[in-house]
Amino acid sequence: MNAKTLFDKIWDAHVVKEVEGGPSVLYIDRHLIHEVTSPVAFLGLETRGLTVLRPEKTIATPDHNVPTIDQHLSIKDELSRHQVEMLKNNCAKYGIVHHGLGSDGHGVVHIIGPEMGITQPGMTIVCGDSHTSTHGAFGAIAFGIGTSEVEMVLASQCIMQPKPKKMLISVNGKLNKGVTAKDIALYVIAQISTSGGTGHFVEFAGTAIESLSMEGRMTLCNMSIECGARGGMIAPDQTTFDYVKGRQFAPKGEDWDKALAYWKTLKSDADAVFDAEYVYDAANIEPMITFGTNPGMGMGISQYVPNSDKLTGNDKLTYEKSLKYMGYTEGDKMVGKQIDYVFVGSCTNGRIEDFRAFAAFVKGKKKADNVTAWIVPGSRAVEKQIIAEGLVEILNEAGFELRQPGCSACLAMNDDKIPEGKYSVSTSNRNFEGRQGPGARTLLASPLTAAAAAVTGRITDPREFL
Amino acid sequence: MAYDKFTTLTSPAVPLPIENIDTDQIIPARFLKAVERKGFGDNLFRDWRYDKSNQPIVDFPLNKAKYSGKILVGGKNFGSGSSREHAAWAIYDYGFRVVVSSFFADIFQGNALNNGILPVVVSPEFLEKIFAAIEADNNSQFEVDLQNQKFTICATGESADFTINPYKKHCLTHGLDDIDYLVNMKEEIAAFEAK
Repeated sequence: MNAKTLFDKIWDAHVVKEVEGGPSVLYIDRHLIHEVTSPVAFLGLETRGLTVLRPEKTIATPDHNVPTIDQHLSIKDELSRHQVEMLKNNCAKYGIVHHGLGSDGHGVVHIIGPEMGITQPGMTIVCGDSHTSTHGAFGAIAFGIGTSEVEMVLASQCIMQPKPKKMLISVNGKLNKGVTAKDIALYVIAQISTSGGTGHFVEFAGTAIESLSMEGRMTLCNMSIECGARGGMIAPDQTTFDYVKGRQFAPKGEDWDKALAYWKTLKSDADAVFDAEYVYDAANIEPMITFGTNPGMGMGISQYVPNSDKLTGNDKLTYEKSLKYMGYTEGDKMVGKQIDYVFVGSCTNGRIEDFRAFAAFVKGKKKADNVTAWIVPGSRAVEKQIIAEGLVEILNEAGFELRQPGCSACLAMNDDKIPEGKYSVSTSNRNFEGRQGPGARTLLASPLTAAAAAVTGRITDPREFL
Repeated sequence: MAYDKFTTLTSPAVPLPIENIDTDQIIPARFLKAVERKGFGDNLFRDWRYDKSNQPIVDFPLNKAKYSGKILVGGKNFGSGSSREHAAWAIYDYGFRVVVSSFFADIFQGNALNNGILPVVVSPEFLEKIFAAIEADNNSQFEVDLQNQKFTICATGESADFTINPYKKHCLTHGLDDIDYLVNMKEEIAAFEAK
């Protein structure tokens, strides 16, 4: 028998048909939908006179454009309100479970799936959102799709996909003080660039990865799309099983035993071959921050903005354009630069551990006067836990307010927009031009580094306080 | 979705020699609130095309009258970032049918093909030749021959072969999409589920 990677095992178990000279028809176990990329798909179904084949396998929640304050009131923005209402109406029409705004199950789609135990090892999971890669943390094949593909899954529970190549990224050793899963992600992307993983599905492995909690693994797999990869995944282990067990939709009783036996087979065979492999030493990773306009433009926080001497042609022009947008100069030291906003949240860092880390850091300190901070839980469940654990008092005492769940300033589709020219230290996933609002300047970092910036008003190495 | 069949195209091209053009630039998130697939072309490259008072930024290639055509030529790693299909809709709605680059992000490439846009991958060297040809003559013509998978710089006669999945080529040539295929697989899908 041929040796298989973790990816091969799950992929092969889901191929309904190989199209001659074409892509595979892949069966999808779970389909997540939200208000922005689904309306045209439902419209497409109607135009073609089709219906939803397996409504019980699709789960819906509005997250991208919802407000993060006063969620009990009607959404002010007319277009946003219309999209949110359309999602609700489409779900009612086709019998899809919908976790509406304000309901206990509401939250960012990639946060609620794992929370409810919907995300499980060995599954194929898709959503019209590139950060679907988050769910790969459980040893699932999870990836973002376009709206035409959302329509395909609704109509047939299948999708047509060429099989990607396989990449192994190993990180070994013990993580340094103040270094989190977010820093591993930004480090890897800085090493291989935002296109280094294109055409590939990444498996993360190694002792540093195994040491991560499920939440850390989700952060890492979430960011795998930022190196261009189709998705990222981590072989399930005891950490995974312990996280899934007992959750609402996790298998129970005999079903659990059966599932567990299967999940334990989900790992790459020792002699499995990858198309590309990278190995990194955790000792080389320090808290990371980005200085440019793509997630690959990141560096250790103690470093200086690289110079462009070695670049030529369009590479050089693109680099210069990026620094000009950011208002930075080659050779600048990042530590000490003033910032204006701090955003903690998103599908990358909007889980309870992220708020615990932020709260532990700011406890007994005060938010800097020049900083506006948006602290946005990833879901209602996270919000409730923040309150239950008493973190909200710590936050309030330090001058921070807790908002309500949503994607918020990660992509600024709602009112949470960073003003033009302002600097935002953000725990989200993208620092593209205008991503957090027209003209906004984003610095991606971990919740710890965001906390250090929030209390000092400047880019600050969090290790100074640890 | 229904789109026009694609066979061959001869057209001048619009150059965008910037790398890592992400989908937030192609169509910023604030324009994703429509619930129908139309009108996105007006906001294609919105924040590069218009200033904050909605005045065209004269230096941006799409605003230069000398550039026209149905072919968009971008720097490497075109379409990175978000999975928003609105990026492909905006490009199609604006009037482009072909995007040329030395490298495309995966999700964008799939979305383009699902919407009647042909992504053509050429070598970095050939991409430079295309930019040079447009620089030399902004009316320079290019021929895209899907059947023979060939992209030609008409002025010099130089051409580059490009690859495309045979199934996707069939779809583009006949104006078909994946849903047409999948809905005819009901029995096979049911059989798979029963396993």
